[in-house]
Amino acid sequence: MNFTRYRGTFALIVAMVCLPAWAATPAELLESFNKEAWQSDPGFKGFSRQRGQQLFQLAHGGEWSCASCHTDNPAASGKHAKTGKVIAPLAPSANADRFTSAAKVEKWFKRNCNDVLGRACTPQEKGDVLSWLMGIAN
Amino acid sequence: MNLALNDKTAKHKRGRTSLGEWISRISLAASAISYLFAAPAFADRVVPDTGNTTYHSECGSCHMAFPAQLLPKESWQALMAGLAKHFGTDASVDAKTAKEIESYLTANASRKAGPAGAKAPLRITETRSFLHEHHEVPGRVWTSATVKSPANCGACHPGAEHGDFNEHAVRLPN
Repeated sequence: MNFTRYRGTFALIVAMVCLPAWAATPAELLESFNKEAWQSDPGFKGFSRQRGQQLFQLAHGGEWSCASCHTDNPAASGKHAKTGKVIAPLAPSANADRFTSAAKVEKWFKRNCNDVLGRACTPQEKGDVLSWLMGIAN
Repeated sequence: MNLALNDKTAKHKRGRTSLGEWISRISLAASAISYLFAAPAFADRVVPDTGNTTYHSECGSCHMAFPAQLLPKESWQALMAGLAKHFGTDASVDAKTAKEIESYLTANASRKAGPAGAKAPLRITETRSFLHEHHEVPGRVWTSATVKSPANCGACHPGAEHGDFNEHAVRLPN
């Protein structure tokens, strides 16, 4: 079998098999937060959009809230509080790229929860925020 | 060198200098003089940051992906070692990403050695070249709403993202 000749086909098959590992939908990510929350918290009773909105818009003892950079309306563009760099909208309805990569989502929750709360967010908190963001119409 | 060549040609013609030759002499002299004045301490055109897409997408999501050659290697190493506390924010990346970004930055860093015994600057705005080039910029510019931070190169240098820092293109905000 001529491997060089079918290189493109192999690459395509490998890509198709591996794709689910990094491409995701907001609903899939919410489901994985749901699973994590069930596993880590025996008292977990599901996500709350209202709690998500509060977590997002209020400061938590520190200088910043999520809204400091993303604004109170996640369907609009934000601006980095320190550098002024424009941040694309966070709500999936306004920006189809959002919440489509588990690694990227974890990276930003890790960084931004640290900046806003001074600690990592729990699966409950991540799910609350994501369910609020998913409910925002553009 | 061009001026000398021009003189030779003129001599060959036994001192008779046409208008065209005068124009060419004057323009050569003018360009030589303007080159002397323009010769930069801080290169007007630096290598743009597009050399590494990981660097561009990771670092460029919060601020401009600053050209690697604006800081020496030691500075980039110190910055990469402290990403979890990056000027007040958590900018951490995973180990593999960090390694790729660090090798790109150090390979393309400024080769100018800092002052002996001095600590590597962590901010481009602390480097002697930056201070030298920006000493005429009034204080209000740095704090104006459109600039916000001296790290916001593009606020005054429209071509910054492409490595163009030519001072003739500078647009200071009101």
